[in-house]
Parts: sequence; structure tokens; C-alpha cells
Amino acid sequence: MTSKNLFVGCATGFSGDRTDGTKPVVETLIALGGGVLTFETLAERTLARAQIEKRKNPLSGYEPLLDDLVGPVLRRCLDHSIKIVSNFGAANPQAAAQRIYALARAQGLRAPRIAVVHGDDLTQPEQLQYLLKRLSSNIDPARIVSANAYLGAQQISEALQEGADIVVTGRVSDPSLTLGPALAHFGWSLDDWHRLGCGTMAGHMLECGTQVSGGYFCVPGQKPVEGMDRLGFPIAEIDSQGNFSVFKAANTGGRVDLRTAKEQLLYEVHDPAKYLTPDVTADITNATITETAKDRVRLDGITGHARPPELKVNVYYDNGWIGEAEISYAGFKAKERAMLAGDTIRKRIGHLIDLRVDIIGALSIFGDDAGELAARGLNTSANDVRLRVAGVHMQKEIAEKVSREVLALYCCGPAGGGGVRTSLKPRLDTLSCTIPRESVDAGWTIAGEERS
Amino acid sequence: MIRAMTEVPLHQLAHGRAGDKGNTSNISLIAWDTECFQVLLEQVTEVSVAAWFGHRHPTKVTRYVLPKIESMNFVLEGILDGGVNDALNLDTHGKGLSFWLLDMPIKVSPALADRLSNQTY
Repeated sequence: MTSKNLFVGCATGFSGDRTDGTKPVVETLIALGGGVLTFETLAERTLARAQIEKRKNPLSGYEPLLDDLVGPVLRRCLDHSIKIVSNFGAANPQAAAQRIYALARAQGLRAPRIAVVHGDDLTQPEQLQYLLKRLSSNIDPARIVSANAYLGAQQISEALQEGADIVVTGRVSDPSLTLGPALAHFGWSLDDWHRLGCGTMAGHMLECGTQVSGGYFCVPGQKPVEGMDRLGFPIAEIDSQGNFSVFKAANTGGRVDLRTAKEQLLYEVHDPAKYLTPDVTADITNATITETAKDRVRLDGITGHARPPELKVNVYYDNGWIGEAEISYAGFKAKERAMLAGDTIRKRIGHLIDLRVDIIGALSIFGDDAGELAARGLNTSANDVRLRVAGVHMQKEIAEKVSREVLALYCCGPAGGGGVRTSLKPRLDTLSCTIPRESVDAGWTIAGEERS
Repeated sequence: MIRAMTEVPLHQLAHGRAGDKGNTSNISLIAWDTECFQVLLEQVTEVSVAAWFGHRHPTKVTRYVLPKIESMNFVLEGILDGGVNDALNLDTHGKGLSFWLLDMPIKVSPALADRLSNQTY
């Protein structure tokens, strides 16, 4: 516990993000005298996919890019006491911990002290029965792929206070990856709602990686960003009162200013007075943002209220198949040919399966499944378009007909179609509920190193 | 003499970003400056936004106003055709929907339209 400011960097905003932003964050933290490196890698659906991988191979089910994220910086982090905190454990935090031990051994490093947070996974049969009752759902438990409660910052904080170098979690709320280290560092009490609200929003500003530092922001000519090819990942400096600033790793591209900070502050927020996490109800109603230096902003006016009484749970289950297929038409009457191809497929299989038809290049992602917007007219100047047909069905063979019908357009469709691509994927559906905190056995342990 | 108002797309007055949770999309709208924010308050309302997204049939549209950062946050429920797992839309998250909102036509004075055209921020 200390009153010295805490630096927390975040080097990924999702599973699949760039992995080469980590080194500049680590080097900046070292230059600042130390801090915590976090990786956010667990979007809502990523965990369900990880469970499917774990079923196939009990040693997998953690972040597939773990080696690329941790390997190149492990030595520097251990040498300079940079703690690593991440949800990259996904469906298998124990296996992720073992993988990091192996990385350390391979590099001739001392064995790190790795803590693993448990309790979020609720896929035991009696837990599933309980959840289905809470959800008033009668789906077959065998269809459930994953069920996880969102844990908070407490276990991360305890593990760090007990000397963990690395904390590996499964499902925790994203901002808890930052709040946990802040709780451990400053010794804030778990009902200090004001400071918990501030620390949570510091985590919120970081959790999407470069989305606060110039990523997902640029509109050429309107809101430009320099150095998109080497964007800097963000770092927060948090003080003992919970006030914080956000900046980015040194010698990188990107921008941190009022405009990038506002976009991230409101990202995936609903009621600004009630940003719910397992730790606190954060309140940004009166938040202000000030540019205090180039590529640096300070946030003030944030506060917090009592945490929600229950924990949120997401359940994913198998629910049929999605068939998708595309074909391109370009040049003279391209749009008309694509529309005719779409109408033809509707006539052939529209009675078997609900279809969505897009004319990519003229109207696609803005449109609705029923085609209301398309009926108002398509962009008339488009002459290089791509027909996309998509359909969902419980039976794989029916969903597969989407691909077969688009492929057959090569001979039986309008003139000049080319470039067919098809895909058939299982469809995951989701249910959400809340459950009492006492029904979740949240905790942490130091993972024993297993040598095979 | 009062000159007639002119129409400009919303992106001349604001920027924003869309995010998703389940079948709900939230779209932030951040005014470029104080004068723009006043126009947003008058014209970009729950009713006008619900109408602009009519083809996506939102079940509920809520506007939250954050005057200290001259921003507003729209929460549009039921517009993602089921959301990231369910939807047949290519953009299952509705990531691009902020750019649909930013094309909404807004009435401004010719003087403001002149000032805002081709600005770089």
C-alpha cells in the first residue's frame, strides 16, 4: 500500500488485436519507474469459442496469441517488477498459467509467481440447472457451450497483495483488470464507492486499447490520426484519490485528446449515471476532460455508488447454423444482375429458410433483414457490387443450401457473376441473468508449476 | 431579413462511435463545439433518432445528455436483429451504425453551415 501514483498500461483491446504494441507500453512503464501491464482479450463471445476449443483439447481454451503477447516482454517485466494482469485465461486460466511457466523456462527466467482467479465458470451440471431455473429456460443443458459470471477486482487485488507477479483470470469485468491493481496499490476499501468509480472508469478508458489513443477514430480529412501503422497503446496514471490521466506509450503513433477520450468514455455505456460492474456503479454524469499536455488528458468529476447486489451471468448455447455466401457482379447493370440473382435464390429456397439479401457496394450493413431500407432504393451509381445471401436454420443441411444455391449461380445465374465465397458456421445464442454473489465461489490460488 | 435555413449532414456538427451489448446499440454523439451542441439538443431527439432508424425498428430509444462534455448518448434497444450471435447482418455488432446516424440531415443557418464545411478537427 502506498500513496505513490500508479501506472497501468493496456496492450490489447480484444482477442486478435495487434500484439506488437506491448513493448512500447512496457518500456514506457519501466521509464516511469514501474507499473502494471494489462491485456484485455475476452469479448462476450470469445469465451464461448474458447470453451469449444477446450472441449477439443483440455490443454487449450486460453488466448491463442498468449505466446506473442507475453513472450517478448516477460523478461523485462520480471526484471523490473512490472506486474501482468489479464483475462487471457479465457476458458482455461490454469493452462494459460502453465504456458507462461513454460515460456519463462524456455527463456531461462526465474519462475514467476502466477495467480489464477477461479469461480467465474458455471458449467457444472448443478450450476447449469440453477442458471436455467433463474433464466426460466427449458433448453437442453447439453446445448450449453459456456456459462460465466462476471467477477470483479477483489480477487485480482488480493493476489497482487500476496505477491503475485502475474494474475490470470477468465471472465472478469474489463475495468476490473485496472481496478484490481489500484485496490492492491492504494489499499482502497471495497465500499469506497467514489474511488472505485474513478478506478473503474480509468479501466474503462484503457480496456479497448488504442480506441482511446487514435484507433477506431480516424476519418481522413475530418479527424485525422498520424501513424495509424504504429498506434501507441494507452497508459493511465492514477493517484491515491482516484483522479487519473490517460496518455500513450512513448514514440508511437496515434492521438490522445478531448475528442478521442470522449468517444472512448461513452463507448458501450448506457445510462451515464449507472455504469454497472461487479465492483461499483460508476457515474460519469459530471465527468470533465482536460487536455493537460500533447497526447495527454485528465479526467475529473467521476464518482461511484454502491455496487449492484447481484453478478451478471452470460450463457451461450448452440442454436442452429448460419449459412452465408457471396458473389460479385461488376460493370454494365451490375446492381440489376445482383438483385436478380438474389430474387432467384429467394424463389428457390425462401420457403425453406429465412434469408437476408445484401447488395454490398449499394446497401448492406445499414439495411434491415426484411429489406425495408432497400425498398426505398439503392445507391444508383454503384457498378461493382457483391451479392450476399445469409440464412439461419436449426438443420445444417438446410443452412447449407444457401452456399449451394449461390455456388450454382456460376452456371444458372445472371451473366458475369464471379468470386463465390461460402461459409457454414454453428450459431451461438446467448442468455443473460443475474445471480446472488454467494452462489459464486470466487477465489484465487497460486498455480503450481507442472513440468511434463 | 432572416435567410432560410439550410440542411447539412449531422457529421458536420458532431462525431460519435457505436457500441453493442446484446441486442442494444449505443451511439455517442459528441458536438464539435458549443454552438453545434445547442443544435443537437434541439434537433437530435429521441423522436427524430427513432424515426431515422425506423427501418431497424428500435423498441425503445433513450437519449442521455452530458452537458459538461457537450455530448449525448443514444441507447437504441432491439435494433441489432438479435445482436452479435443472432443477426444475419454482416455487421452483427452494429459497429457501422454511428455513420448512419451521422448522415442524418440537420437544419442550420447558412452562416453556421459555412463555418462548419470542410473543417478538420
